[in-house]
Amino acid sequence: MSEKKQVSAKNIINETDTKLRNEYFNQYVKDVTPKNSIPKNTAKAFLVGGIICVIGQAFTNYYIYMGADEDTGKLYTTITLVFLAILLTGVGLYQKIAKFGGAGTLVPITGFANSMAAPAVEYKKEGQVFGIGCKIFTIAGPVILYGIFCSWVLGIIYYLLKLLGVV
Amino acid sequence: MDYLIAFLVGGAICAVVQILLDNTKLMPGRVMVILVCTGSVLGALGLYEPFAKWAGAGASVPLTGFGNVLFKGMKEAIDKEGFIGLFKGGFTASAVGISSALIFAYIASWFFNSKMKS
Amino acid sequence: MAEKANNQTKMMGKQSISFQNTPYIVATSSVAGKKESEGPLGSLFDIVNDDPMFGKDTWEEAESEIMKEAADKVLMKAGLANTDIRYLVGGDLLGQLIATSFGIAELKIPLFGIYGACSTMGEAMSIGAILVDGGYADRVLSITSSHFAGAEKQFRFPLDYGNQRPYSASWTVTGSGAVIITDTNHKISSSGEADVVIKGITTGKIVDYGVKDSMNMGACMAPAAFETIKQNFEDFGVQPTYYDRIITGDLGYVGAKILIDLLQSAGYDISKNHMDCGIEIFDQESQDTHAGGSGCGCSAITFASFVYKKLKTREWKRVLFVPTGALLSQVSFNEGKTVPGIAHAVVIESEG
Repeated sequence: MSEKKQVSAKNIINETDTKLRNEYFNQYVKDVTPKNSIPKNTAKAFLVGGIICVIGQAFTNYYIYMGADEDTGKLYTTITLVFLAILLTGVGLYQKIAKFGGAGTLVPITGFANSMAAPAVEYKKEGQVFGIGCKIFTIAGPVILYGIFCSWVLGIIYYLLKLLGVV
Repeated sequence: MDYLIAFLVGGAICAVVQILLDNTKLMPGRVMVILVCTGSVLGALGLYEPFAKWAGAGASVPLTGFGNVLFKGMKEAIDKEGFIGLFKGGFTASAVGISSALIFAYIASWFFNSKMKS
Repeated sequence: MAEKANNQTKMMGKQSISFQNTPYIVATSSVAGKKESEGPLGSLFDIVNDDPMFGKDTWEEAESEIMKEAADKVLMKAGLANTDIRYLVGGDLLGQLIATSFGIAELKIPLFGIYGACSTMGEAMSIGAILVDGGYADRVLSITSSHFAGAEKQFRFPLDYGNQRPYSASWTVTGSGAVIITDTNHKISSSGEADVVIKGITTGKIVDYGVKDSMNMGACMAPAAFETIKQNFEDFGVQPTYYDRIITGDLGYVGAKILIDLLQSAGYDISKNHMDCGIEIFDQESQDTHAGGSGCGCSAITFASFVYKKLKTREWKRVLFVPTGALLSQVSFNEGKTVPGIAHAVVIESEG
């Protein structure tokens, strides 16, 4: 809490205009709410995310060494990482790593896997269809929808440019 | 050397996203969508592929890599099959990631129960 | 009360009631989970269960079970049977109050199911006291519950989903607290201990200062607590020092600071005698609960164990118990609505 221009509680309770009061209050809340240490969190995300990528690199190298071409090797790596992330989710470890690593566990493909496994496990009590079947997409569904849609729009642009002979 | 680059690049992407998470009220689901779409756009602009060649897993493991693969599949399908490829490429390219996540997550629901946090 | 209401009316000021046929709190019970039992109040709870499922299959059933155990326990402590209770006033955090409906079904007591988010205990005690004072009931059971896992699942993410909780986030208490409120003819006095009575209430309004951050509930609820407490002072014509303790429900560290600040600038200093159940129930350092405890169970079990005991032993003569609630749902959150708050104040004294 630095002593820069702060909204005081007095400003808030004396303000008769509701909109302005709410603005003051939100500013004040921002000032008094302790924040996560950004450098520390960033460093942890860097470390965890970096390690997951290194593990990915190790698997890719291994699959290529075993005779896969580069693209196939990467696909095998995806499967491996997804499998490991879901296993860790099942035994309750992924969530613990995520608490430490933050974005480091969210950004890699493992975060996507976790976002499917966690609701699948959580909602199984609500049934195979409405529980697991529907809820498995609650977090990851948007990723699939917008991923497909976004690439479709880009595909159309590419398709038109191709027709016009630009690319 | 490729390990070091993967660590630094992958770590850097995660670090940037962490700063985004801490400074905005963005929920994780939104962040994942942004990453995938960003990857797609960078792929379409022809920027991600050379970057991925250099950074290896540091670029392919984050969800931006998933987005890039989506567009790559789209492009290949259009090149090969024309218009209909627009409706094929995305899923073909993302098939492995999505299928493996769905299948393993479903199987996980057979064996594991939700656990209380402490 | 500083100024007794006249005989015609029990209404005080704008939002308050001063009871004339004083309702007595004759028994309390508290059921808590493992994490709560490891907190500073751990030794005071009546029943502690280390199994987060409480022997059931789902989180929702577990919460119902907690509530059932709390109801059974409070009846046992008061030496009463379910048929002795005229009304049950209760609620929880789950959608459509399923923890309450399934939890107390077997008791077969006429029910008022109420929702006030985490302020529900204040609401349940207020309505219970009104029923008793008005002569509509001789004995009322007020009860609320919450469960960490059920609340996470409903309001946030599946438990195994990897996410980071900001420092302003609170930790939903797993537990249920119950009280039995009776009229003077049915009070149970034990020698050496004070009678605990509900002197009055101040019912809160919905208060919305435009905060949208559902991970900072303390900030959403603090204005509601501020307005209710200020109204209580005005309606009863008293100063903060009138109370030995002013006990808010689950504002947590962030909300408590805001409340004290707001009241300070309105001319009321409560910094010396304010206490927050959310802050008391967990050890912030060792239990990693960030802003503190929350949920219907938080204020309920803190009152039923810690606060009630202090009143019984006359260590505190008079407290203002102010459970606070944040009124949001997944839908209102997704639709970009603000998170309004509500707070209900109950004036509780030890007598005799």
